Amino acid sequence: MANHESTYRPTSSIGRWMDARLPVARIMHAQFVDFPTPRNINYLWTTGGLLTFFLGVQIATGVVLAMHYAPTAADAFNTVEHIRRDVNYGWLMRNLHAVGASMFFLAVYIHIARGLYYGSYKAPREVLWIIGVVILLLMMATAFMGYSLPWGQMSFWAVTVITNLFSSIDSIIPGLGTRIVQWLWGGFSVSGTTLTRFFSLHYLLPFVIAGAVGLHIWALHVAGQNNPTGLEIKTTSDSVPMSPYAVMKDIFALSVFGLLFAWFVFFLPDYLGHPDNYIEANPLSTPPHIVPEWYFLPYYAILRAIPNKLLGVIAMFSSILLLVFIPWLDTSRVRSAKYRPVYKWFFWLFIISVVALGYLGSKPPEGAYVIWARVFTAYYFLHFLVIMPIVGVTENPAPLPRSISESVLGKGAAPARAAAPLGR
Amino acid sequence: MQREADLASHSAEEPTRRDFIVIAAQAFAGVGAALALWPFIHQMNPDASTQALASTEVDLSPIKEGQAITVVWRGKPVFIRNRTPEEIKKAVDVKLSDLSDGSARNDDLPERAPATDANRTKKGHENWIILVGICTHLGCIPKGQGLSDARGDFGGWFCPCHGSHYDTAGRIRKGPAPRNLEVPPYAFTSDTKIKIG
Repeated sequence: MANHESTYRPTSSIGRWMDARLPVARIMHAQFVDFPTPRNINYLWTTGGLLTFFLGVQIATGVVLAMHYAPTAADAFNTVEHIRRDVNYGWLMRNLHAVGASMFFLAVYIHIARGLYYGSYKAPREVLWIIGVVILLLMMATAFMGYSLPWGQMSFWAVTVITNLFSSIDSIIPGLGTRIVQWLWGGFSVSGTTLTRFFSLHYLLPFVIAGAVGLHIWALHVAGQNNPTGLEIKTTSDSVPMSPYAVMKDIFALSVFGLLFAWFVFFLPDYLGHPDNYIEANPLSTPPHIVPEWYFLPYYAILRAIPNKLLGVIAMFSSILLLVFIPWLDTSRVRSAKYRPVYKWFFWLFIISVVALGYLGSKPPEGAYVIWARVFTAYYFLHFLVIMPIVGVTENPAPLPRSISESVLGKGAAPARAAAPLGR
Repeated sequence: MQREADLASHSAEEPTRRDFIVIAAQAFAGVGAALALWPFIHQMNPDASTQALASTEVDLSPIKEGQAITVVWRGKPVFIRNRTPEEIKKAVDVKLSDLSDGSARNDDLPERAPATDANRTKKGHENWIILVGICTHLGCIPKGQGLSDARGDFGGWFCPCHGSHYDTAGRIRKGPAPRNLEVPPYAFTSDTKIKIG
């Protein structure tokens, strides 16, 4: 894909002058206009564009909110209300930003599930996949720090609980965990000092994400896109130019997803939040039931499923870090689960487990909830560490189509054009 | 052949002045970069104004038997409970082998001091239990200070976040918390006054 030639021809004299000096337009044309896209990609392949859009929304609305917000313990809670009530269109900016975070995570989870189902992490896309895991971690850090900024009860206690995860290091090296936590807090407890530094980092990290997204797209354009068959593009008839085909498909999907986004922004802006966050932070009173935002619930369930503090923290972090190793844990020679009759069922079992963990994470940690959280946590890890390596070897995959074209056009239609080499 | 021999002998030659200046410059830049990093890390540690937060004095006389109050010390809540005789007896009667954390966790005592009720209180003031009111699991404030609060299975404190139960001496008995509630450094300045910190 990287060696495909740009058909860019500057038409104006200014265009030719620029092309000889800084060929940005030529590169953009090669990568985003006539870049070869598999002709069979479905709507799940529009999530990448969707995610780029939401990163843009978060940065644009975030810059606006920062103009009216004060990151101090005394003012934070009040300035958020000031934004919602007094600032012109402040209500819209705040709702877009708060709901946008949820939509961002919804889209990224669909994007990851797509990659898992169609084996998009397999060679030669391992680095692409790992950069994706890094982006996920950066998103989580950004969202977590962003959630602290309204300085309500849930903000305060979420920061307390999550930063205290690091104190579990005390059970390996006594004192070190406490030192780290006090370093993060800038004091002996969560305070306005903590809030101010989280604001600084919350403003910084989205630009780090943007940089990582740049690398993610670069790696994608070196390896080329995966597709529902998991086959590589072999001939020109296997692909269509990115513009207009994939771009218009992205814009249509964005419009549909935008309806969901707008529904929450205009009609249910607080539905995804928690009412306790409209009580100002109080260091002397813990809310009866602390829950994170919905997109962190599965990890929270894993944390609470394990009765030992240190092991719970390790399990929670490894549930995400494990994703890095998937390219090597999956032993199957077939990429797409579409042609993997056995693995397909385990994939859906995995999805059910994650959704169930999300539900259990929102429930109090007692009785049957804890037992079920343990069952699904066990499956989460077994899926990657046992099922993936074993099923990849034992399973008998269904026959693959000979090419992407054949999967779309049926047998007989493809060979007529199959002789033309790529990029001519 | 002669040229190859020259090249081979060249690589085994004594280090030149240029090799020295390359290594010296790299080492200088590396150490300098590492040293410059430290102020950027250390600025996040608790600052002088936070460190200077001194001690807190508390008058215990208004707290009746069975009542409890919460005071703030170094930004942290401190639980002070005037225990009833039954509560003291419950705490004293516990066998050390029943405790999941055997250390007294008393800042005035060494780490290896056993978690007996005597080691968690002050001699002659055994009715007073004074604890940092922060769950040792993930830092929530346990319930149990208010008279109508849930006090868990052992009559002390109960952390609603992840279900840790503490007994009437603030020792962890059930749930994910790894340690007993911390006993802060404090001293009785008179029969009814304490100074924490």
